Amino acid sequence: MTRMGLLNRRSALLAATGAAAGAIAAVIASRNAWATQDSVKEWLAGQIKGAKDGPKEGKVTLKAPEIAENGNAVPVTVSVESEMSEKSYVKAIYVAADGNPNPGVMIWELTPLAGKAEVQFRARLAQTQKLVAVAEMNDGSLFTASREVKVTIGGCGG
Amino acid sequence: MSDDIKPRLRVPTTAKKGEVVEIKTLITHLMETGQRKDADGKIVPRLIVNTMKVTYNDKPVLTAKLEPAIAANPFLSFFLRVEESGTLKFTWTDDKDQSWTAESKIDVA
Repeated sequence: MTRMGLLNRRSALLAATGAAAGAIAAVIASRNAWATQDSVKEWLAGQIKGAKDGPKEGKVTLKAPEIAENGNAVPVTVSVESEMSEKSYVKAIYVAADGNPNPGVMIWELTPLAGKAEVQFRARLAQTQKLVAVAEMNDGSLFTASREVKVTIGGCGG
Repeated sequence: MSDDIKPRLRVPTTAKKGEVVEIKTLITHLMETGQRKDADGKIVPRLIVNTMKVTYNDKPVLTAKLEPAIAANPFLSFFLRVEESGTLKFTWTDDKDQSWTAESKIDVA
């Protein structure tokens, strides 16, 4: 096969992908009752019991690709600037997203044995949306970070 | 179906005392979200791995709670502080209360 042939095939594929993404976006736009920024807040508040103050920005780093071509498996890393000693550690990390059918993504409940407050997983993102991570320290204080991920092909085959 | 569900681990076999090591896990599971419809337009019921519990020498290390927004074949990675030789145990549980376990030994030289 010539190089030209390969290139043509690739651009044809790209064009097809673009069209599919457009169609999916249209389907998504026509749905309702999806997660919103408010339902994300509600979900987080429901999970984090007994917190006096809302989460403060800082200490948490949320790493995810700026553009995810495939929303079916988006690599996400959450790390928290904190020691993991008996005295001071990250008790839990909550992750939510505001553009999926449900706001919750996952919860990590940690102990000091987990030596370093850093976790990694792969999320399903149905469309471009904002990921939010909240870290709960053992003293009850909360820290948060968020990040928008642009999704080319949604990850909720429906 | 449960026959094709296999946990996979990447855990170091040795560590220095006090070392913090990276642990990687994956379990092959469809993670059916409960949002998808089958060919007849019926909603396929939700069936996901909803929990992974990890202990080291039976002491809790962490519990991961998964929602349908976690990708199929959930890959989870975290860190462990190793103070003594021991066994790292994993238990995954899904919505039908089926569970799978795996373990791996770490030697402190």
